[in-house]
Amino acid sequence: MSRPATRRRVIAALAGGTAAVVALVGCVQSDRDEPAAGGEGGDVDSTFVFAASADPASLDPAFASDGESFRVSRQIFEGLVGVEAGTADPAPLLAESWEQSDDGLSYTFQLQDGVTFHDGTDFDATAVCANFDRWYNFTGVAQAESMAYYYTSLFKGYADSPEDAVYDSCAVDDDLVATVTLAQPFAGFISALSLPAFAMQSPAALEEFGADDVGGTEEAPTLSEYANGHPVGTGPFQFEAWERGAQLELSAYGDYWGDQGQVQEIIFRVIDDPTARRQALEAGDIDGYDLVSPADASALEEDGYLIESRDPFTILYLGMNQQVPELQDPRVRQAITMAIDRDQLVSQTLPEGTEVANQFIPPSVAGYNDDITEYAYDPDAARALLADAGYPDGFTVQFNYPTNVSRPYMPNPEEIFTNLSAQLEEVGITVDPQPNAWSPDYLDRIQGGADHGLHLLGWTGDYNDTDNFLGVFFGSQSNEWGFDNQQLFDDLAAARAEPDLDAQIPLYEAINEEVATFAPGVPLAHPAPSLAFSERVESYPTSPVNDEVFNLIELSS
Amino acid sequence: MLRVIGKRLLLLVPTLVGLSLLLFLWVRALPGGPATALLGERATPEAVERINALYGFDRPLWEQYVTYMGRLLTGDFGVSIETGRPVLEEFARRFPATLELATFAILFAVLIGVPLGYLAAKHYGRAIDHGSVVLSLLGIVVPVFFLAFILKYLFAVQLGWFPPDGRQDPRIDATHFTGFWVLDGFLTGELDAAGDAFLHLVLPGIALGTIPLAIIVRITRASVLDVLGADYVRTARSKGILESTIRDRFVLRNAMLPVVTTIGLQVGLLISGAVLTETVFAFSGVGQFLASAIFSRDFPVLQGFILFIAVGYALINLVVDVSYSFIDPRVRVQ
Repeated sequence: MSRPATRRRVIAALAGGTAAVVALVGCVQSDRDEPAAGGEGGDVDSTFVFAASADPASLDPAFASDGESFRVSRQIFEGLVGVEAGTADPAPLLAESWEQSDDGLSYTFQLQDGVTFHDGTDFDATAVCANFDRWYNFTGVAQAESMAYYYTSLFKGYADSPEDAVYDSCAVDDDLVATVTLAQPFAGFISALSLPAFAMQSPAALEEFGADDVGGTEEAPTLSEYANGHPVGTGPFQFEAWERGAQLELSAYGDYWGDQGQVQEIIFRVIDDPTARRQALEAGDIDGYDLVSPADASALEEDGYLIESRDPFTILYLGMNQQVPELQDPRVRQAITMAIDRDQLVSQTLPEGTEVANQFIPPSVAGYNDDITEYAYDPDAARALLADAGYPDGFTVQFNYPTNVSRPYMPNPEEIFTNLSAQLEEVGITVDPQPNAWSPDYLDRIQGGADHGLHLLGWTGDYNDTDNFLGVFFGSQSNEWGFDNQQLFDDLAAARAEPDLDAQIPLYEAINEEVATFAPGVPLAHPAPSLAFSERVESYPTSPVNDEVFNLIELSS
Repeated sequence: MLRVIGKRLLLLVPTLVGLSLLLFLWVRALPGGPATALLGERATPEAVERINALYGFDRPLWEQYVTYMGRLLTGDFGVSIETGRPVLEEFARRFPATLELATFAILFAVLIGVPLGYLAAKHYGRAIDHGSVVLSLLGIVVPVFFLAFILKYLFAVQLGWFPPDGRQDPRIDATHFTGFWVLDGFLTGELDAAGDAFLHLVLPGIALGTIPLAIIVRITRASVLDVLGADYVRTARSKGILESTIRDRFVLRNAMLPVVTTIGLQVGLLISGAVLTETVFAFSGVGQFLASAIFSRDFPVLQGFILFIAVGYALINLVVDVSYSFIDPRVRVQ
């Protein structure tokens, strides 16, 4: 295959005219490697190049929590539980089915037959228990939030701290039947297993490449040999090579138990600048990239590129810090809520597919309250409430927003800020703009102290778990919100401790209503993150929780 | 000569100790810390505290500095918080890329700058002179990142003549072992890989080399003008010595001294330019990694990389000083 772009470059080099280049040009034309024409692809170029925003932090998903690590591990690994296509709901994957015991503590998994790891090891009940026991036995540095973030936050304790542990034991009942027993109820257990952090890894490879040797000193944890270059899972793609800072290559695993699909080779290229990603797509150097800014999305779509939006699993909100005296008054907070026309904000600044929010969880999450009390847009009522609260002429408040950042829930903070501050000024609230670089200046200002007022922040859910939204926002006293509402903290703790999923729903519905009346902030929107692809990409399996495996990509010739 | 070099190297020691202290304090004075950057928008104060304790950031500053210096003296530069790899290894992996780019940039600047400066002086007051003055002024005032962006937009995105970013087309099967990808291609006989890597150098190299080019043009022009008016050049001319001999032996050699000094100084600027250029072109060198280390507050990387760059800068200027004695024998006598 020869690509027109390359030829044009060669011509350019000729025009440039140095003798060395002229000599090389002949070679470029004649020696160029033909990419391996692959499998079912036929005349389709089966190499798929995707621009990542950074290197993965680790190739061992148990020690990762960042999106780029998970994007790669979703190709290599699979968990017992997957996600139903296009939703956030758990679905069978390596486990065909499961049953929960009557006491709610034991889960028996019937495993998929005929699955092998990329190193030839059989996937069976022994492998399942090896993985659970591995996580439970992490020690020292491995337990830190910078390493086993998800295990620490969801399963709490380890073998050396069994009093807090959620996990108890794993038993091999049969070759393909494993039973996991928990020490305390965990309603979100099955959902949580869909996280890449709990994917099944080859016990043989984990052992051979010392996956648990989190080396270095206490102060400087280093990654294991496994996490640096020997990840072995059951997924449709196996690891080939990783040139840090440049690219990571995967190839199709010939013995994959599921549908292999068209893509035979994946190359993740690291391009950290969003503009550079767009330009690489336009120049034909990559096939796709994530987190397209709304302005770029419409321009690219006009030029014939494929834009795919994920169903929103996000929340963008305007936070209010109650350490600011004016914001302590619930009437002021309600007035701010009523001063904002969310429909206008969404249509003017946020990407297509974005939904207007009236609570702090997206509609697909359990406990979404359809009958919530709404403070609809009403600038006159807002002015009246402000006057009632003793601010007939309004007041001045700090408005913090981050710059030069694009989060899945906040693709363009500057524009959102401009839109909102104009709306607030309408009702007499004067905004004192306080921009900061996102990382870590802005984050530190919001989370590390009280020096902030109104601010933009949000969250993208990891998996279908209500506590993953409401609990992290309002579960305890925090610098961000600056309030102390024991009732709310207690209600959230009670809902979290409820072992039965069905019984949890009404509790969370009630909490959503409680939050709406308390108005700690304004839930603004559920933005839909979008991806852009070259013309040859026919379809891409978007997932609200980013469970996107590239064997489902369809390419045209 | 050896004594001079030895003395210069010894002087480097207090400079580096002072720099390490400044760097150490500077990175800790930045708002936020690695824990906030690592944990993102849902960092709880407890988690931040635990991570700070893990890396020792909760201890008194002087204690941290003593530990840091102790490690430094044994050649231990620490481990990157972002990647979990030793800082020295991260630098060694990326430095060849930056060196390759800087070499291209400086060659571009010298090979065009010196002849252009000479011609401008030779044709003083004529069109080529005015043209080169305007051009070099433009080269100095246009910010590197802006030039990089424009070059990329025009020649990569719009015209497609050059690749928009990276160091090589990832679809090419290339063997890498020296870290210099153009060189690798020649050594392994994979000439297509070498050619592709070279094409990837062109736009970032031009963006990075433009400021040095502009400065070299100006210095060469001024210096040549100076020498052209010298008595010995007039004498040489009146003796009927070949014009090319006058140019090479009498004019250029004498005019080169300030130019060489300038080139040495430019190398330091190249590194700061590389931070911007490499980011625009997603060129995986030292500059790009340094830029991302600033946002992630990767203290060990910031401290280590800047220290390495400082050592490199000092060494290059030492080489420049030594090269004087070859260009101008009088320096050797002194």
